[in-house]
Amino acid sequence: MENLPFVAELVISFLLVSGGFFSLVGALGLTRLPDFYARLHGPTKATTLGVGSVVIASMVYFTLKTGEVAIAEVLITLFLFLTAPVSANILAKAAMHQQVDCMKGTRGQPWSQ
Amino acid sequence: MTAERLGFPQPWLSVALFIVWQFLADGVTGASVVMGLILAIVIPLITRQFWPDSPHMKKPWVLARYLVVVLYDIVVASVTVTILILSPRQPRSAFVSYPLKLEHPLGITILASTISLTPGTVSADVSDDGTLLLIHALDVDDDAELIRSIHQRYEKPLLEMFQ
Repeated sequence: MENLPFVAELVISFLLVSGGFFSLVGALGLTRLPDFYARLHGPTKATTLGVGSVVIASMVYFTLKTGEVAIAEVLITLFLFLTAPVSANILAKAAMHQQVDCMKGTRGQPWSQ
Repeated sequence: MTAERLGFPQPWLSVALFIVWQFLADGVTGASVVMGLILAIVIPLITRQFWPDSPHMKKPWVLARYLVVVLYDIVVASVTVTILILSPRQPRSAFVSYPLKLEHPLGITILASTISLTPGTVSADVSDDGTLLLIHALDVDDDAELIRSIHQRYEKPLLEMFQ
């Protein structure tokens, strides 16, 4: 990226590093959180902010590099935001159907319909 | 309805499909316009029976403000969840039944998706009669406070749009 201005490089690097950081924390959440429902939060969150940062970084880079506004990344975000809640919802429903145990101290009850 | 007679049961869906196809095709060309038009006609016709009553929004400009609020919440709450994951204490999880005031199916879908997208809450199920939304919250102290904030931040603007 030698022909990009310094500020742009700074912004892109910051976005890439923070995107990587949030994805890493999402993965850590998978190992650290105590029960299935809590672990469900890790990956859905990592996609929203982690992938979001990487996508914005990619947009900034290619927009500056080619001089055209990069549109494909907007679509990636759109499809991601449409699909992530659906998969989380299906996973939660499947877990409730199988009566997966909750961790101790969870208030409230999952339904069984 | 002229749009209906021309074979566009949902004009807005057709417009959205056409625009998305132009983005996917990486630039507007003759071929992409033709393909986009075909998709804009065929997909709404095929998926027609999935939409019992065609969706309509009353105040589309409320949506813009709603998106800004949601994006802001995603960033703030992601940081909160990050701190929680990195700190050694156990999260205080809870299943919360959220009483829905929305009745429009598309409105409920958008609300449930928003709740899942914002970190710390996942919507798990909607009751069969469509009056309760089951939410799993990763770390909450006060269920009533969670219900109040969801109603204030997300359901109110959606009510404005759909009811």
